[in-house]
Amino acid sequence: MGFSKVTVPVMADLYARGEQPEFLFWVGCAGAFDDRYQKVTKAFAKILAYMNVSYAVLGKEESCTGDPARRSGNEMLYQIQALHNIEIFNLYGIRKIITICPHCYNIFKNEYPDLGANLEIINYLQFLDQCIESGQLKIDPTSLSNVTITYHDPCYLGRANDIYFEPRSILKKLTSKIVEMERNKSFALCCGAGGGQMFKEAEKGDREIFIERTEEALRTGAKVIATACPFCMTMLTDGIKYKNREEEIKNFDIAELIVQSLNI
Amino acid sequence: MVKQLVFTITLLVSFGVFFFTVNRFISYFKFTRPAFKVRDYYKRFRITFEVAIGQTKIFRRPIIGFFHALVFWGFCVIAFGSIEMVIDGIFGTERFLKFLGPLYKVISASGDIFGLLVAISIIIFLSRRLFFHIRRFEGVEMKSISHYDANLALTMILLLMISLLVMNMAYTAKIIGSGGSMSGVYPVSSLFAGLFSGWSTSQIVFTYECCWWSHILLILLFANILPYSKHFHVFMSIPNVFLSRLDPLGKLENMDNITREVKLMLDPGFVFTASEVPVPVDRFGVKDIEDISWKNYLDSLACTECGRCTSVCPANLTGKRLSPRKIMMDVRARMKHKGPGIVKNGKGFSDNKSLLWDYIQEEELWACTTCNACVMECPININHPALIVDMRRYLVMEEAKAPGGIKGMFSNIENNGAAWQFSQDDRLRWAEDIELQQN
Repeated sequence: MGFSKVTVPVMADLYARGEQPEFLFWVGCAGAFDDRYQKVTKAFAKILAYMNVSYAVLGKEESCTGDPARRSGNEMLYQIQALHNIEIFNLYGIRKIITICPHCYNIFKNEYPDLGANLEIINYLQFLDQCIESGQLKIDPTSLSNVTITYHDPCYLGRANDIYFEPRSILKKLTSKIVEMERNKSFALCCGAGGGQMFKEAEKGDREIFIERTEEALRTGAKVIATACPFCMTMLTDGIKYKNREEEIKNFDIAELIVQSLNI
Repeated sequence: MVKQLVFTITLLVSFGVFFFTVNRFISYFKFTRPAFKVRDYYKRFRITFEVAIGQTKIFRRPIIGFFHALVFWGFCVIAFGSIEMVIDGIFGTERFLKFLGPLYKVISASGDIFGLLVAISIIIFLSRRLFFHIRRFEGVEMKSISHYDANLALTMILLLMISLLVMNMAYTAKIIGSGGSMSGVYPVSSLFAGLFSGWSTSQIVFTYECCWWSHILLILLFANILPYSKHFHVFMSIPNVFLSRLDPLGKLENMDNITREVKLMLDPGFVFTASEVPVPVDRFGVKDIEDISWKNYLDSLACTECGRCTSVCPANLTGKRLSPRKIMMDVRARMKHKGPGIVKNGKGFSDNKSLLWDYIQEEELWACTTCNACVMECPININHPALIVDMRRYLVMEEAKAPGGIKGMFSNIENNGAAWQFSQDDRLRWAEDIELQQN
């Protein structure tokens, strides 16, 4: 047993060498900067390296998709960001993008085409599920089989884009103990951070949305709350801490659970 | 002959009033903004078949949804009987559709059975409203007029069903008494035809006539009340479902006038080709009722204030002021208030009020997480968040108004291309120390 260093390929370097990777891995702002969520980015990068996937990241050339600006009403700023990003995609001849963040996924897939983008957008859960189904990624079904997991549907994967199947399909490979929250799939309750809420104080009310959702997740008795969105992760991790349950209940992204299961 | 004449005049008058009212509502569509293009008819018929006829979204609340479905399907079936009554009324015939033979038996029997099922469902709905505390029937936007409106409509439907059933009972009793041949089959009413035993034929015929007239007059009255009521959804929900936005729920409409500005800004040499339709100089986003799209207005007319949207809204559930139902009700109320003035004086008309601030507060708009739970839940595919974002667009781009945190996020994106204050040069920091464990 040993360790090998993972080098993350950068688009500009590959371009300089005349190489064209199959995928662009879009890291996203949270993926690049958020302390907790960087671990998810690393986990996914490990899986990509483990499978020898032909990919690259934009690195310093990556910039916000414009999603939080757009949903907060700043269409001008969104379109400036979007047109700039599309220019970079065109420059590198990028055709396929893998995203982790559901907000990046949604805006690329549904809204960039209005500004002339012509790309295939793949969410990492679709990608991973396909790799598992095709046998490219072999998961040890015993590694996490004793762990009870509940999955929180991010709004921008679930209701926004009808992705309910893949996360559950992956989790079923990891454990037989999946418990659903009372409100799940298209009925799922938002974590409270979408639509620009992540960046502002909540309006006056009785309580916080993330606490309502965390309590619902805790009621399932699951030991792991699985998430698939940086904002959901921030909210639910905070919720678990707020409830003083961080010792026994963990919040992991599905990519992290796969890495744990593969023991890589 | 007198009956025919009276009936025909009544019918013409109520149709006249109805079309006058509806025409006024339709005239307000003229100054709304364009929304998506209506195409993909195959998809639209399919979605109408599923969501409207099949009531699939109503069934997201299975128990109460089942009773609503009974009422809806009942209305569809009973409509055949109502059309027949109109024909009978004009031409002085009795059970005109009986020439349909076996099919008439199906129509009459299902109408009779559904008459009872609808009546039972309506009694359940009324009792829920009158005797139980149902959270989604409450809320700041639910004034006492909303409750009267609901109860009045339900009572009228109940009376419609009672008059229909008693009419059928009297009819079967009349035929049994006179030994004539029955047109159609009435499984429910024939069970109760015995109630008329001992009545003279003329008493039975009189009862029949009373029920016939009260049923048809109630229908005409109901139809004319509907445009002023939340129960306008009886007419508007099927068109609203047919005209659903077909894009994924996560998609927001692009603002083409902004695209134009941004392209000009990024490339001063950029010229729009002459073939392109000139973009009219409009306000960015929605401030008042003339800024909304035809779809927003149609949504507001079709909304039946059921409150399923608000009952799943995370903001509302945690005590914030936002209620998606209120947004729709405000749009309808504002149009009712300002629409006539705009029709009369043109789009520049002002009454010194606006949808934003006088009806909808900024606090409501900023509480939305754009989670789309409301849209998912709406039985007739109303889209609330799109309008909420449109109003935020006005606030941000025309008034430069936004909560402090949001403004900070904007300037972060402007300055360093990220929603947080981190340098773009640090975007690869996460990749510095990743190690793969070899097994």
